[in-house]
Amino acid sequence: MESEKRLSKKDIFSMFIRSNFLLGSFNFERVQAMGYCFVMIPAIKKLYGPGAERNEALKRHLEWFNTHPWLTAPIFGVTAAMEEQMANNKGMDEKAINGMKIGLMGPLAGVGDPMFWGTLRPVLAALGASLALTGNIAGPLLFFFLINAIRLSTKYFGLKYGYIKGMEILKDLAGNRIQKLTEGASILGLFVMGALVSKWTHINIPIVVSRIKDDAGKVNIQTIQNVLDSIMPGMLPLALTILVAWMLRKGVNPLLLILGIFVIGIVGYWSGILS
Amino acid sequence: MSTIQIILLLIIAAITGIGSVLDEGQTHRPLIACTLVGLVLGDLKTGIILGGTLEMMALGWMNVGLAMAPDTAIASVLSTILVITAHQGVGEGIAVAIALAAAGQALTIFVRTLTVFLIHRADKYAQEGNFKGIEIMHITAMAFQALRVMIPTLIVALISVSAVQSFLGHIPIVITKGLQVGGGIIVVVGYAMVINMMNIPYLKPFFYIGFLIAAFTGFNLVGFGALGLCLAILYQQVMQKNNHQTAAAHVAAGQGAIYDDDDDLDA
Repeated sequence: MESEKRLSKKDIFSMFIRSNFLLGSFNFERVQAMGYCFVMIPAIKKLYGPGAERNEALKRHLEWFNTHPWLTAPIFGVTAAMEEQMANNKGMDEKAINGMKIGLMGPLAGVGDPMFWGTLRPVLAALGASLALTGNIAGPLLFFFLINAIRLSTKYFGLKYGYIKGMEILKDLAGNRIQKLTEGASILGLFVMGALVSKWTHINIPIVVSRIKDDAGKVNIQTIQNVLDSIMPGMLPLALTILVAWMLRKGVNPLLLILGIFVIGIVGYWSGILS
Repeated sequence: MSTIQIILLLIIAAITGIGSVLDEGQTHRPLIACTLVGLVLGDLKTGIILGGTLEMMALGWMNVGLAMAPDTAIASVLSTILVITAHQGVGEGIAVAIALAAAGQALTIFVRTLTVFLIHRADKYAQEGNFKGIEIMHITAMAFQALRVMIPTLIVALISVSAVQSFLGHIPIVITKGLQVGGGIIVVVGYAMVINMMNIPYLKPFFYIGFLIAAFTGFNLVGFGALGLCLAILYQQVMQKNNHQTAAAHVAAGQGAIYDDDDDLDA
């Protein structure tokens, strides 16, 4: 009897390395398709001998695919496990593999986008940028090493987890775990964003509203900004953020908003309303 | 600019150009790209400061689904070269970077359309079981993305510094100062994008809690991260308890229903 075809640690590691180039051929027709096939090649090479089966496997992974790039790792793991079963004629079929890919794609993008693009990167980048604004090299270094350490471990362990768990992962993800993760990431993200709106937005209205000479003869100048701050610091940035979020939801082009704010900045500085 | 510097700049351009489509190592983020260019041109500090400034502006720029963010790779590399070689300020840097980010986005769309042809070639190679062919197509696509930043970089590096300097020197002070003022405000666009993406209405209060704590206390970002994590865990534990209770109530109701069914069968 023919011995079972199995992927070695080396094959899985080779897929991990390739997964760092998943988005390299991103295009508007099939998005990550060619990248997906590129990552699957070591597994396909190992599992199928030359012939129709191998060619079918290649075509299978050139189908439309799009998800969060870092969270493709568990999908690759599961797909590799399924391909292994298929190569060994263990009742796996092409439909199941495609279904699994499509089924995991949406939820994982749904988790990855708020978690990595919405929370991790803005928080680490803001931390790094705040150091960098003073010319401190620790800013870029901190950002680069922290985010890549998290990224690489997510990818490596995700891939291994996906492969080992194989089919089991389906049940795991079908539960409410995904929703909990998304919810948790959103809470953290929204909370930190709220803080950033207040801390890192600089709006200053230097128009003087009153000049009061105190008993010691010192002149106390009150600007509009002082008055606003005494009510609630950061209220202008908050109002503006809510306004911009609403405009974006209405479909206003972000680049247009950016240009608009720069026009406000220039006109505001020119007229002395902003500084 | 020496030949070695130009070669190093082209390498950085290639790395960030590929990096911006991969979205893996984050080399295309201004914080990294500007720092690298600053290092090569011998003015690390300016690179870091410009990188930090642009990074704050680009905080919410991300590629979600098929939507594409403005191009930070081209904007970071070219604006840093111009600022450092022509001895300009951060304000001029912002002005140039914004224009370049928009132009770069158009260029990226062009390349992403171009790569559609490569995937059709790959389809043919799959039919023949040709691994190498598919791999070469994938790598070719990445090479196009590298050229997207390398070609403009080479053009800028070859233009004489004095020409660039006189061009940037003609930007009036009210523009550059105004851009700096705008740069302090522009971050709200990024925040708004992130908030919109996590548009779960019943979680909105967490945004306002974050804002209020920041407005009235002196916590730093690490404090906020830790506090936010605690809140997320706390929220889920409370929710889980509530769910258990409602689940228990459902089970009780369900059992009642089963008994009813039994009665029906008996009758």
